[in-house]
Amino acid sequence: MREITLSQAVNEAIAEEMRRDPTVFLMGEDVAEAGTPFKVLSGLVEEFGTERVLDTPISEPGFVGMAVGAAMTGARPIVDLMFGDFIFLVMDQLCNQAAKTHYMSGGKLTVPMVLRTNMGATRRSAAQHSQSLQALVAHIPGLKVAMPSSAYEAKGLMKTAIRDNNPVVIFEDKLMYQDKAPVPEEEYLIPFGEAHVKRAGRDITLIGTSSMVQVAEKAAAILEAEGISAEVIDPRTIVPLDEATLIESVKKTSRAIVIDEGHQSYGVTAEIASRLNEKAFYHLDAPVLRMGAMDVPVPFSPALEDLTVPTPEQVVANARRLCAGELIHAA
Amino acid sequence: MAKAKSNTEDYLRMYSQMVRIRTFEDNANQLYLSAKMPGLTHMYSGEEAVAVGICEALTDDDRITSTHRGHGHCVAKGAEFKAMFCELLGKVEGYCRGKGGSMHIADQSHGNLGANAIVGGSMGIATGSALRAKLQGSDDVTVCFFGDGATAQGLWYEVMNMAALWRLPVIYACENNGYSEYTKTEEIAAGSITARAEAFGIEAHQVDGQDVLAVNDLTRKLVARARKGEGPFFMELMTYRYHGHHVGDINREYYRSKAEEKAWRDNRDPIIRFRAHLVSEGIATEEDLDALNTAIEKDAAEAVAYALEAAYPDASEVDQHVYAA
Ligand SMILES: Cc1ncc(C[n+]2csc(CCOP(=O)(O)OP(=O)(O)O)c2C)c(N)n1
Ligand SMILES: [Mg+2]
Repeated sequence: MREITLSQAVNEAIAEEMRRDPTVFLMGEDVAEAGTPFKVLSGLVEEFGTERVLDTPISEPGFVGMAVGAAMTGARPIVDLMFGDFIFLVMDQLCNQAAKTHYMSGGKLTVPMVLRTNMGATRRSAAQHSQSLQALVAHIPGLKVAMPSSAYEAKGLMKTAIRDNNPVVIFEDKLMYQDKAPVPEEEYLIPFGEAHVKRAGRDITLIGTSSMVQVAEKAAAILEAEGISAEVIDPRTIVPLDEATLIESVKKTSRAIVIDEGHQSYGVTAEIASRLNEKAFYHLDAPVLRMGAMDVPVPFSPALEDLTVPTPEQVVANARRLCAGELIHAA
Repeated sequence: MAKAKSNTEDYLRMYSQMVRIRTFEDNANQLYLSAKMPGLTHMYSGEEAVAVGICEALTDDDRITSTHRGHGHCVAKGAEFKAMFCELLGKVEGYCRGKGGSMHIADQSHGNLGANAIVGGSMGIATGSALRAKLQGSDDVTVCFFGDGATAQGLWYEVMNMAALWRLPVIYACENNGYSEYTKTEEIAAGSITARAEAFGIEAHQVDGQDVLAVNDLTRKLVARARKGEGPFFMELMTYRYHGHHVGDINREYYRSKAEEKAWRDNRDPIIRFRAHLVSEGIATEEDLDALNTAIEKDAAEAVAYALEAAYPDASEVDQHVYAA
C-alpha cells in the first residue's frame, strides 16, 4: 500500500469531502495560498478557490463564531485553529455556543462543524505553542473529540468529522505531520467511538492517544523482548469513547497504563483510568496508572522540555513494576 | 411619525405584534411574581418597536439572532404564545422542549437562530449565517440583535471587520436602552457607538427605537440593499426598558429614577404613539384597536392556562439532544 504523510492524509480527506459536498468550506488564518504554517492545506485554494478556502484576519473568536453560525444555517465549515493553545481564545464560541446549541434548541438546530487544531510538545515552541488541551474540550458535552495517531487515522477520522452533524474538534500532533503511514487509495471512513487494538497482548494494556500510541508501541516492543506481552489500544476518539473495548482488554490483561500528552492532573488519562476502576476493578491486579505531561507550563529549553512528556522508557519502567506486582506509591 | 408600510393590513399587524409582545411580557411578569415561573426573565416591554419594526421588514428565510432579552424578538419573528409560554415554564411543548427557557427561547422554524445568554455571544453566529448566505448565493439577510452593553465585547469588532471585508448581508442592530444591567451606557461606552461601525467602513444609522415606522422604514431599505450585496449595516436603536434589568430588579432607584421611567412611558411609548397615529390617519378606530387588544389578551390568557397545565419533559429527555444523529 502507498505511504503518505499525516499532513497529506488530512489534505486528501478535506479535498475529497469538499469535492463531494459543496457546502463544505475552510476558514482560518493563512489557510489559502500559504496552506497554513505547517503546509497541511497546500493546494486546496488552487482547486477550490478563495470562496471555499477563506483566509481570515487573526480573530479566532470571530471566525470560530462565524463557523458556528454558518453551520447552523446549512454549511459545513472546517475551521483551522493554527495552534491548539489558541483554543483558550475561542472557548465561548466553542463551548457555550457550538456545543450547546443543539441541546438548548431542543434538537431543532445543529452545528455540523469541524475545528481542526493541533497539540504536542518537544517542538521547542515554549509554553504557548506546545500544549495538548484535549481534556478541556472533552469535558464539554456536545463536542466530539478525535485524536488521530497516524496518517491512516487522520484521513479516516477527518472524513467522518466533516460528515458528522455535531461540532467535532480534531487534535493533530504537530510533530507527526511528516510521519508516513500506509493509507489506501480507495475511500474509507473511520467511525467515531471505535477503538483500534493496534497490538494484541496478554499481560498489560497500554492505552495511548495520538502520538502516545507510538510511545506505547515502542514500549510494547521493548517489553516483548523481556517477556511481557503488552496490548496497545488507540481509542481514536476520546468523545465518544469506546469504553467497551478498553474494559474488555483490561479484563483480559488485568493491568493498564493510560498515556496522553495533556497535563496529567484532571486529564484524559484520569478519566479513562477511573472508568476502568469503576468497571473492571475486580479484574485488576494493579492500580491503573496515568501517564500525562508533567503539570508544568511547557518549558522552552530542550533540556527541560523533554522531561515533560511520557517516553517509551518511562512506560516500560512502569509496566515492569505493575507486572512485577510492585505497588506504586506517589512518585 | 415616519412613513413606511402603506397598507392597512401591515400597519395593523405591526400594531398587533407590538401589543402581543407587551401582553406576553405582562403575563410573564405575573407568572414570575406569583412564583409560577422557574428562574428569572428579562422583560422586553418598552422596546417593542425595535423588534417589530425590524422583523416586519424580514421574511421567514431571513435569520435573526436574539439576546437574553429575547421574548420580543421571538414574538416578532413569528412565534406563537402557546409554545413560548410552555418554554418559559420548562414544559416539553416549548419551542426548545423546555431545555432552553427564557434566555434561549426561539421559534427556529421562522429563522430565529436562538436567544443567547452570553452578552454579545451571537455576533459570530449572525455574521456566520450571513457568510453562509454569501457563499451559497442565497439572498437572505441576517439581523443580529444585541444591547448597548454588548458593544463592549471584542467579538463585535472582529466580526464587523470580516463582515465589512467580505460585504456580508448582516445588519447589526444595537438596542440602546441606556443601561447594561445597573450601569448607564455613558459609563461604559467611550465615544460614539455608530462611529465604531463606521471605522470599519460600515454604514451606520441612529434611529428612534420608539417609532415603529421609522425603524421599519430604515430596516426595509437596509435589508433590500443587503440583499444586493451592499451590506453590512449598523443600526443603533434608541429605546428604553420599562422593567428592571430582570423581573426581580424591582427597587432600582439607586441607578434609575422613577421620573426618568415615567417620562419614557408617558411621552415615548411605542404602542401609544403608533396607536394615536393609526387613529389620526383614519387607519383604525379606537374600537378596532381595543378589540385587537382584547383578542390578544384572551389569546395570552389561554396560552398561559395551557402552559401551566402542560407536561414537563419526561426524565428520559435529559440526555437527549446532547448530540445530533
Ligand atoms: C459575557 C457576559 N457577561 C455578563 C453577563 C451578565 N449580564 C447579563 S445581561 C447583562 C447586561 C447586558 O446589557 P445590554 O447588552 O445593554 O442588554 P440589555 O440587558 O440592556 O438589553 C449582563 C452584564 C452575561 N450574561 N454575559
Ligand atoms: Mg442595554
